Amino acid sequence: MTDATLGEKENVLPPPAEVEDVELYHAKSWLTHYVFSQDAKYIAIQYAGTAIGIGLVALVMSWVIRLQLAFPGAIPFIDASRYYQAVTMHGMIMVVYMLTAIFLGGFGNYLIPLMVGARDMVFPYVNMLSYWVYLLATLVLVASFFVPGGPTGAGWTLYPPQAIMSGTPGNDYGIILMLASLILFIVGFTMGGLNYVVTVLQGRTRGMTLMRMPLTVWGIFAAAVMALLAFPGLFVACVMLLLDRTLGTSFFMPSIVEGGEHLKYSGGSPILFQHLFWFFGHPEVYIVALPAFGIVSDLISTHARKNIFGYRMMVWAIVAIGVLSMVVWGHHMYVSGMNPLFGFFFAVTTLAIALPTAIKVYNWVLTLWRADIHFTTPMLFALGFIVTFVNGGITGLYLGNVIVDVPLSATMFVVAHFHMVMGVAPVLVIFGAIYHWYPKITGRMLDETLGKIHFWITFLGAYAIFFPMHYLGLVGVPRRFYELGETAFVPHSAAALNIFITVAALIVGAAQAIFFFNVFWSLRHGKPSGGNPWRATSLEWQTPETPPGHGNWGKELPIVYRWAYAYSVPGAPEDYLPQNAPPLKGEHSP
Amino acid sequence: MLVALIMVAVVAASLLFHFLSPWRMTPIASNWGYIDNMMGATFWITAAGFVAVILFMAYCLFRFRHQEGRRAAYEPENQKLEGWLAIGTTIAVIALLAPGLFVWGQFINVPEGAMEVEAMGQQWQWSFRFPGADNRLGATDALFIDANNPYGLNPNDPRGQDDILASGGDLHLPIGKPIKMLLRSIDVLHDFYVPEFRAKMDLVPGIVTYFWFTPTKTGEFEILCAAFCGTGHPQMRAKVVIESEDDFKTWLATQQTFAQSRRGEAAHDRRASAR
Amino acid sequence: MSVMGLFFILIACIALWWLARQGVLRSSFAEEGEIADFPGAELLPRPPAAKVGLGVFLAVAGCLFSLLCAAFFMRMDAPDWQAPPIPGILWFNTAVLIASSLALDLARRAADRRETDDVKSWLLVGGGCALLFLLGQLWAWRELAAQGLYASSNPANAFFYLLTGTHALHLVGGLAALARTARAAWSGRGGAELAASVELCAIYWHFLLFVWLLLFAMLAGWADNFGVICRRLLS
Ligand code: HEM
Ligand SMILES: [Cu+2]
Ligand SMILES: [Cu+2]
Repeated sequence: MTDATLGEKENVLPPPAEVEDVELYHAKSWLTHYVFSQDAKYIAIQYAGTAIGIGLVALVMSWVIRLQLAFPGAIPFIDASRYYQAVTMHGMIMVVYMLTAIFLGGFGNYLIPLMVGARDMVFPYVNMLSYWVYLLATLVLVASFFVPGGPTGAGWTLYPPQAIMSGTPGNDYGIILMLASLILFIVGFTMGGLNYVVTVLQGRTRGMTLMRMPLTVWGIFAAAVMALLAFPGLFVACVMLLLDRTLGTSFFMPSIVEGGEHLKYSGGSPILFQHLFWFFGHPEVYIVALPAFGIVSDLISTHARKNIFGYRMMVWAIVAIGVLSMVVWGHHMYVSGMNPLFGFFFAVTTLAIALPTAIKVYNWVLTLWRADIHFTTPMLFALGFIVTFVNGGITGLYLGNVIVDVPLSATMFVVAHFHMVMGVAPVLVIFGAIYHWYPKITGRMLDETLGKIHFWITFLGAYAIFFPMHYLGLVGVPRRFYELGETAFVPHSAAALNIFITVAALIVGAAQAIFFFNVFWSLRHGKPSGGNPWRATSLEWQTPETPPGHGNWGKELPIVYRWAYAYSVPGAPEDYLPQNAPPLKGEHSP
Repeated sequence: MLVALIMVAVVAASLLFHFLSPWRMTPIASNWGYIDNMMGATFWITAAGFVAVILFMAYCLFRFRHQEGRRAAYEPENQKLEGWLAIGTTIAVIALLAPGLFVWGQFINVPEGAMEVEAMGQQWQWSFRFPGADNRLGATDALFIDANNPYGLNPNDPRGQDDILASGGDLHLPIGKPIKMLLRSIDVLHDFYVPEFRAKMDLVPGIVTYFWFTPTKTGEFEILCAAFCGTGHPQMRAKVVIESEDDFKTWLATQQTFAQSRRGEAAHDRRASAR
Repeated sequence: MSVMGLFFILIACIALWWLARQGVLRSSFAEEGEIADFPGAELLPRPPAAKVGLGVFLAVAGCLFSLLCAAFFMRMDAPDWQAPPIPGILWFNTAVLIASSLALDLARRAADRRETDDVKSWLLVGGGCALLFLLGQLWAWRELAAQGLYASSNPANAFFYLLTGTHALHLVGGLAALARTARAAWSGRGGAELAASVELCAIYWHFLLFVWLLLFAMLAGWADNFGVICRRLLS
């Protein structure tokens, strides 16, 4: 350390002085300003825009699925192949290309530098590359819709042998493009992920210790670390499957007889693929969930004007979840034919995760105790998140407990569970976060009335879609069924339930138009927000300009004096104290 | 105010739906009543948690909604409260996990003397095989499969000669006897699933998997495939008929053995080539 | 999967240790004021960002290779596994890679002493050896292919190509970085900046050497017993 001014205090290491100023890149032309921008804020918007765009495709796919399930065969266009292609693309896009990209690429890029008080990501050039590789991955994915045979219909899990065999739609080009696209996505993501992690480690401004960071940063940070370690699993699986498909190796492919013909494969292990896939697949759930956890903590605290309850526990819970969730992947494979003794291990680790997760839930609701709750739109979305997340979390206790999973696995119960917990809940957080940070991004408020209408339709509608769906699973309706047909064990009334769910799904989907209208309309006509409309404490609200300018902080980086949750501190003049406001008593000289 | 009410309504509606819905688990037809009991216990514990958390939240929303002049309390942490909550949750989780693991232990340990039956999956149909008089199933390999040997039995394995190949796609089983289902696939993943039996297991090409159960009800049940296996996945069905021991024996006696089927095929082939 | 398990435990330990050192155990959130005012509260100086970035990247690459090894050990079990003969040139390649790593280490030391001429020559030697290694690997591939041992003929061959290929790709990436460093050295930018960038290259090279030694041992079959132990632990 070179800072000499603090030399007198012998035993105290001086604080990291100004974080080494990142070499700020300066856009020189229109192209580097608006297209190949290296400004994290701009990249964030590019990421989020792309993710939402491709997410809309996935939304349309979900209508296709739902229409078929409610009115089997009524729409001739939806034949079995198209149905499975829709299911596959819907699941894959939602999980990887939409949620992962928007939480880490979108919110991560926008919020990390601002919240930790940095001027930009530490490697802006790599950050830009990350987006363009992601875009390329998305385009390759979209291209698979247009190749002969269409996109793959192997299910988002892409299990071999079926994924590359002729009984599956899109087994000729679709699957190759899918794997190539995933490989690209992972390469792109790794570049971004390095940035998020290193920026949190290196870019924090003076006084911003790890234990003073907003939970949003903690959540995104932990998720980025997990993603960096988990995505290689998918990468290896994709590369090996691609080789099986193109070169005819037998990593995953055993001896197979197809239509009376012996294929040239032999000896491979389909279960090996499942291990690799779920080594990624389970952490993926938390890669999506942890940023949502973090964001929701900040939304609740800000709009309830109260410090988040049990910050220390919240941080440790994030770390604990991050570590544990790397060793629970086997709960997706209880009935996969793997060594049944693994069932014991994975059931224990899985239920162990319930503990830190439950603590987080308790702390969110305890934050509301003796608070001063403002029912703003972001707050409503946060509350909706709590309901759907708790609901989805408790059904996780069914599916994690190995023996209870046996009858339920691969039924609609599973579909309902994971939609509640990693579909609806994180999406509600995304909306809440957009309502919350839109003023910072654009300088204008979103319309609150429209926002509330949007919230109630989305929340109640989504609950109406997925809560009843559990009961179809209890009856025994399997997932990934193009049509159930006549069965003795499903009562006829289930058809009515299916129609109800589909109607709800169509309404929820259509209601998103309100949101998009609001976003575009408010860009011009929204109420000007000022720099800190929610009177929030964290650093991103304290920028000298709104929207924050290039380099975020003007001349001087902020200095942090306290944690991000100094709401309603006794004795303070206002009910919030920004992180960078000098201490009240003014005793500390620099 | 309204928000709190709606949250309460969501909880109430969920509970009402649960208790009034006509969509419940199919009546059980195997010995795995334990699983149903576990599910019931899990429901009560988790539902209690759900109701408690959401109602508490609704109460806070009502009680601490913003009003003129309200200021929130400042309370960074309360380690005692957090500790108690953590302990309570741990107890609930252990209460769920311990019996669950115990039942899983039973699920994976097949009782002595269980009758072995093989189910073979392929896109998109089921076939079944019973051990013959020697009570042992012959070895198989996908490599042996051809038109004369659709099951892929090893033609040189003496244990396989008397194996009984069930025709017609139905599986008949005697009531009240533990059955060990041996599962294998010759192409992709499938999953042997009879909702009334509660148990299920994947069929994985290249290896043989298993699970066991004891049928406790006579009647016909549907076998579904519960692992996505291509466009014909929903059509991959068969029937399992649970009947009395005697009826089962009679049915079994009408089925061909592997050796008989080979002879029949061979004769057929000779005729064909003579033509 | 136990390879993965070991690797994961290692990473988790490093991460937790790091977090502890960074003050996660202290309740700085409960205190107000400049951190420097709390005795013992401030933390260690931060290493340069690029070095941390490289460290994180090595963790990712390490994860990738451990997963490949885990897959190798699991697949090895199947009866159709037939390890290909190890082409003799691999011994030579190994020696060359060790030389390359050594050369870069010498370059790093020279850069620390700011002796730019030495840096240049060691960089050349290191880069040249790395190129030679890549050519040698290519030669090994051709040798196998000439014996009819293609990727599709046996899973052991497939793994041979996959593992060596992945490793080589990483080295190619390293060469690109090395080229940038060399350009900096030749354009006369010496000093701390050059030293830092040479150091990163050296670290990366040592990592790849380490990975290669493990892979070589695995491919040559010396680790078979390890695989057996892993499987016995797990099944
Ligand atoms: C309005 C919103 C949504 C509706 C109506 C919907 C509906 C569905 C339906 C009906 C299925 C097929 C179930 C089956 O296999 O039979 C499905 C599958 C799936 N959905 Fe959604 N979904 C929605 C949003 C989401 C979101 C936000 C996610 C993000 C996590 C998601 C992730 C998935 C996944 C991973 C699958 C499994 C695909 C597969 O089986 O391969 N969905 N969805
Ligand atoms: Cu999981
Ligand atoms: Cu199937």
